[in-house]
Amino acid sequence: MDSANTTGDAVPVRAAVALAVNGTEHRLDVDTRSSLLDVLREDLGLTGTKKGCDHGQCGACTVLLDGRRANACLALAVAHDGARVVTVEGLAEEDGRLSAVQESFLEHDAFQCGYCTPGQLCSATAVLEEVRQGWPSAAAADVAADPVLDDDEIRERMSGNLCRCGAYPGIVAAVHAAAGRSREVTGA
Amino acid sequence: MRPFGYERAATADEALALHEDGAVYLGGGTNLVDLMRLGVATPSRLVDVARLPHDRVELEVDGGLVIGAAVTNSDLAADRSVREGHPVLAEAVLAGASGQIRNLATVGGNLLQRTRCSYFQDAAKPCNKRDPGSGCPAREGEHHNLAILGQSEACVATHPSDMAVALAALDASVRVRGRSGERVVPLEDFYRLPDGAPDRDTTLEPGELVTAVEVPPLGMPSRYRKVRERASFAFALVSVAAALEVGNGVVTGVRLALGGVAHRPWRARRAEDALRGAAATEESFLRAAEAELEAAEPLRDNAYKVPLARNLIVRTLMELGEGT
Repeated sequence: MDSANTTGDAVPVRAAVALAVNGTEHRLDVDTRSSLLDVLREDLGLTGTKKGCDHGQCGACTVLLDGRRANACLALAVAHDGARVVTVEGLAEEDGRLSAVQESFLEHDAFQCGYCTPGQLCSATAVLEEVRQGWPSAAAADVAADPVLDDDEIRERMSGNLCRCGAYPGIVAAVHAAAGRSREVTGA
Repeated sequence: MRPFGYERAATADEALALHEDGAVYLGGGTNLVDLMRLGVATPSRLVDVARLPHDRVELEVDGGLVIGAAVTNSDLAADRSVREGHPVLAEAVLAGASGQIRNLATVGGNLLQRTRCSYFQDAAKPCNKRDPGSGCPAREGEHHNLAILGQSEACVATHPSDMAVALAALDASVRVRGRSGERVVPLEDFYRLPDGAPDRDTTLEPGELVTAVEVPPLGMPSRYRKVRERASFAFALVSVAAALEVGNGVVTGVRLALGGVAHRPWRARRAEDALRGAAATEESFLRAAEAELEAAEPLRDNAYKVPLARNLIVRTLMELGEGT
């Protein structure tokens, strides 16, 4: 991190960052101000991840960062040196088969314009994992109990992803269906 | 965004050594990066403390907790001992932000997040918190979501954290490291009212680093209730963190703190005093809430928060009372 020393004046500072994005290793030289979102879109050409509000309020930039969903607009790339990132481009199987979440979004017509969809897909993928790990949500009547993914739980857990077209009923149905599908796949 | 240097600290000592004039500690960045993008925060250097080894929730033998400052909000809320022993804390954390933000946000950063007052967040507007002496347009302007208790002429901002409201009710303390050593600051002394220095949210000295939060054992039912303008992913208009113990119909233990009403999490001591030893009835709960809110000085457009807080206190205590 030699290149990232403090400068008293307003000279841009650059830093070396390694990222594994959708299984591919990248070594990058970035401005310390660069968000992970801008690095994905501008430096790596992965434009599936969308810039909505750029303030962490809309969720369009949601990616999986070291296995957990995160707003790529609020993550400084330099702070995530060494991270594994999965974007919407990396959700499908290697042979191109869509994931359970992606299939369910198609089946339940869970989008209209599609701009929020990459973030919705990444977020929903993480929600299923969070529930598998027993993480509670604010929808729980008893925060100590293991969660059951009903519609109220899905709405609460997906509340960080806004949809201007209002495709929410389809999104809730799709997440519900995907939870069922992934249970079949894992045999859980 | 103003250019800045970036350094990642591996230990607390290294973080303290890297902190210089103009530097700011970086946790998850969910508030700080946004404030930098808005031109509200302009650090010359970020000292990244998100990977310090303060990343565990430790359950003490007495049932108390020591929560590392680098623990993410998600891991805190998912922790079994928090959910079982201090449910008000897990509920408060889950009531804040979104799943994505909670994955990034740290406990230390949550404590030190800044007000969401729209004037503070707009670098083109006067704000005594951002630019002391420049004025406070919120008093006459947009203040429907701002303070009703403990505000000053210079600042009517509210503290935005849900977690800190639960910690206030839980008698938590903050472990702080500085160059001269470690100190443990009760949460009530950690946060401050705007009097005299609205730019200062806390009593931290420059360069001091929050390393952990200590939470004593609770041993009574507790709950966090939050009212906001939409069902999820919004800041509190009013929130209540409460714990209640009832024996033979009488209140034998109570903790009560309010969020969304003041420059700091508001520990409702007057209400607690009114409740201790009183009958655990709706009437006593109402009297206690009114005792606390007598001190309220609402502004033109936020007087609704007084009955909202009153009703939320009563309802939360009723719910807790029914469970015992």
